[in-house]
Amino acid sequence: MFKMKQSSLADALSANLAAAPVQGRSPWRDARERFLRNKAAVISLILLVLITLACVFGPFFLPHTYEDTDWDAMSLAPTLQNWHLFGTDELGRDLLVRCLIGGRISLMVGFLATLTSVLLGIVWGATAGFLGGKVDSLMMRFVDMMYAVPYLLIAILMVTLLGRDFYLVVLTITVFSWMDMARVVRGQTLSIKSKEYIEAARAIGVSTTSIIFSHVVPNLLGIVVIYTTVTVPGVILTESVLSFLGLGVQEPMTSWGVLIQDGCGVMESTPWILLFPAALLSITLYCANYIGDGMRDALDPKDR
Amino acid sequence: MWSYTFRRVLMTIPTLLLVITVCYLMLHATPGGPFDGERKLSAAVLANLQAKYHLDLPLWQQYLYYLKSLLSGDLGASFRYADWSVNDLVIKALPVSLSIGGGSLLISIVLGVGLGIIAALRQNSLVDYLVMLIGNIGSAFPSFVIGPVLIMVFAIWLKWLPAGGWDDFQLGYMILPMTLLTFINISTIGRVMRGSLIEVLSSNFIRTARAKGLGLSTIVFRHALKPALMPVVSVIGPLAISSITAAVVTESVFSLPGIGKLIVNGAANRDYTLVLGLVVLVTVVAVLLNLLVDLAYALLDPKIRY
Amino acid sequence: MSLLKVSNLGVQFQTNDGVVSAVNGVNFELERGQTLGIVGESGSGKSQTVLAMMGLLAKNGRTSGEALYQGKNLLTLSAKELNGIRGDRLSMIFQDPMTSLNPYLTVERQMTEVLQLHKNMSRRQAKARAIELLEAVRIPEAARRIDMYPHEFSGGMRQRVMIAMALLCEPEVLIADEPTTALDVTVQAQILQLLKDLQRDFGTAIVMITHDLGVVAGLCEKVLVMYGGRVMEQGDADSLFYQPSHPYTIGLLGALPRLDHDGSELVSIPGNPPNMAQLPAGCPFSERCSHAGPRCASELPALAVSPHNGRVLRACHKSAHELIDIREVAHA
Repeated sequence: MFKMKQSSLADALSANLAAAPVQGRSPWRDARERFLRNKAAVISLILLVLITLACVFGPFFLPHTYEDTDWDAMSLAPTLQNWHLFGTDELGRDLLVRCLIGGRISLMVGFLATLTSVLLGIVWGATAGFLGGKVDSLMMRFVDMMYAVPYLLIAILMVTLLGRDFYLVVLTITVFSWMDMARVVRGQTLSIKSKEYIEAARAIGVSTTSIIFSHVVPNLLGIVVIYTTVTVPGVILTESVLSFLGLGVQEPMTSWGVLIQDGCGVMESTPWILLFPAALLSITLYCANYIGDGMRDALDPKDR
Repeated sequence: MWSYTFRRVLMTIPTLLLVITVCYLMLHATPGGPFDGERKLSAAVLANLQAKYHLDLPLWQQYLYYLKSLLSGDLGASFRYADWSVNDLVIKALPVSLSIGGGSLLISIVLGVGLGIIAALRQNSLVDYLVMLIGNIGSAFPSFVIGPVLIMVFAIWLKWLPAGGWDDFQLGYMILPMTLLTFINISTIGRVMRGSLIEVLSSNFIRTARAKGLGLSTIVFRHALKPALMPVVSVIGPLAISSITAAVVTESVFSLPGIGKLIVNGAANRDYTLVLGLVVLVTVVAVLLNLLVDLAYALLDPKIRY
Repeated sequence: MSLLKVSNLGVQFQTNDGVVSAVNGVNFELERGQTLGIVGESGSGKSQTVLAMMGLLAKNGRTSGEALYQGKNLLTLSAKELNGIRGDRLSMIFQDPMTSLNPYLTVERQMTEVLQLHKNMSRRQAKARAIELLEAVRIPEAARRIDMYPHEFSGGMRQRVMIAMALLCEPEVLIADEPTTALDVTVQAQILQLLKDLQRDFGTAIVMITHDLGVVAGLCEKVLVMYGGRVMEQGDADSLFYQPSHPYTIGLLGALPRLDHDGSELVSIPGNPPNMAQLPAGCPFSERCSHAGPRCASELPALAVSPHNGRVLRACHKSAHELIDIREVAHA
């Protein structure tokens, strides 16, 4: 009876405590206002949303598919005729559709790999920071080691050994993209750990797991959001490097990196095959960078 | 200093061992042996080959054999290029990568530091805008977009330089790839140098130096340069690592017969041992570079005396 | 001709909020071997006054008026001419010894370069001279310590190094910008004693900038009290200390802890130092002054010779006699 009472008290308290550290509405609203004042970031966000929407829905509205050959129009320059707005490649495939489909793959890999590496980073960093001591220093030593490794080569090795499956590419990128997040989360966890409300939760017997998930994690939100947006362009870039080197998704499926590689081969005669996917990728990376900067300025104003 | 160096050297060993072990285990976890090629080998030949590469032994013994040969500098054999050991291939490819990658790293350290100094001393001047522009482009555009653009402009439109390929260290073939790598490196080094020199020049000890009546060049070169270089030195480690990535891409863009191209081809051919050997080699180089950078940092900073 | 004659010195900073006047109409003269104290709270413009003379203002700073050193206007000299004087004839000690020495150069390098530059000494001669000076500021084992880096010295030792460095060329004017603020009290006393001894030995004139009236009392013959970028009261130290006639000086003296007043509370001047971007139209101190009348906030009092004492200049609308009487009644 007593025990039950105590645990329900602990639950109630921890619920309260969980609510308290999550910043109230106004800091987030402040952040949103700061972000909206940043013109470059807002324009970037709009552009990135447009590109994403075009990649997701665009192919449904175009009369071509990414693998169909138009025998009458090979290596066609951009034209209004037959809706080949970006022209066609040397096999007569419509470049616009291929760019959009390729964008789907690039963005999807980008978002999935960001998600997984962010999760891995949070769990690793929070665990290390929370447990502290030897475990912490061992775990962070491992992170240091990962930084010293030339990741692209290991990624190449992994792709060579494991194959070029979509999910394996995501896994490969994840393995080399989580360390920043782990470091940041660990630092933040260490500083949160010493705060009073954690002591209080501990004193009333809330379990370690529960403390991590109901107190530490909510407090990490701001910094996690910042580093997530910063991770996105890096991940998209890594995916496109792999596909550019011919180690990403395989033909006839495509991604921006593959299209750029294709374009390089024929840039002398048909430069648009290179330029369109290169422009799309660069604009996306540029926008993602600006959004990351904007997020940082908005959520962490003291850092400006 | 010596004990610090010793400890720092010791710290590289776990990193190296970890990478080698993980790579080795991954190689062995892969389904299908290296000799399950298209051509069926006779049982006798297979047994011979397996004995030669110690494939008939338990895994841990194979691993020890592998470590032992690594220690003696043998990176193993290529399964695809018959009669070629990884060492042979490396000896042919390494000079290409080193001259392009190492050369451009050196050039970009000198150029980046120089441009950064000028930009910091003459804020809002042409050089300053140039450094910021390079920094902006280099940080946002991937190397395999800048590279083809360089080829388009200088090889296809202007026809000044060859679009790619290699001819026994002829300068013409080296200029564009080195330009690309230098550009990417300068984008970081120039920006970091500019920022750190501006910060150092506003510090109290520079005010003291000015109060002594020292001229601008003494103030910059004797008093400000060393502290301003510290952040530059600390980015050179990560930069060298990302240079390796950039070098792989660059060799692919310009079809250079370097280590990067070898790795990519090896990966495309699923030449496991070649890729493994090269990965181990490059990791060793990367870890050693990091080590050197750390030691240089310790040497430059008078506060670090272990 | 005075060694140093400053007339109507002004400093303005170009900021995002427009031009901010940090110093207005400062006048003083300094003779060989004399000591002038410039007193005020932070933001009073005392540091900017001397930084302007040394040509060390921040990039957005502009000067007006004159600062004549032996007839040469320091404010308009070319960079080359100025570099010939500063560090040699005119040298400066800064507030924070922890950050004012270059952490990447040995003390030897930082000292010898001054002599090599101004006295054309060889590095060996310069080093010998530097060791002498380090001994003069009582750094033990100077010959060995000179090859160390600043971080190997304590705060007090670093300030001694700064002083030795400033005295290398036996300057005629030594400007000390709060040289003891960052140090603990016993070290403060040692450093001040050191400055006194050195002044006696070298005949250097000293401009001592401080917010600590105790320092001024022990060291200075002349005092200049600044507030909000303007001189409130100036004159010889004895007159100012024994018969302060400006409300701000009276306030500063009241805020000074005294051993002979047992039990009485420390009095501080109410309010905060002024915001330099938004000074009142009249006397800058009027907002915090307990004697301020309506005229004080709107009309700037001119700095003029006081009727009560010909050796004192004061800028206040209230009569000096009235204020002195009030103070003496309060003390009695």
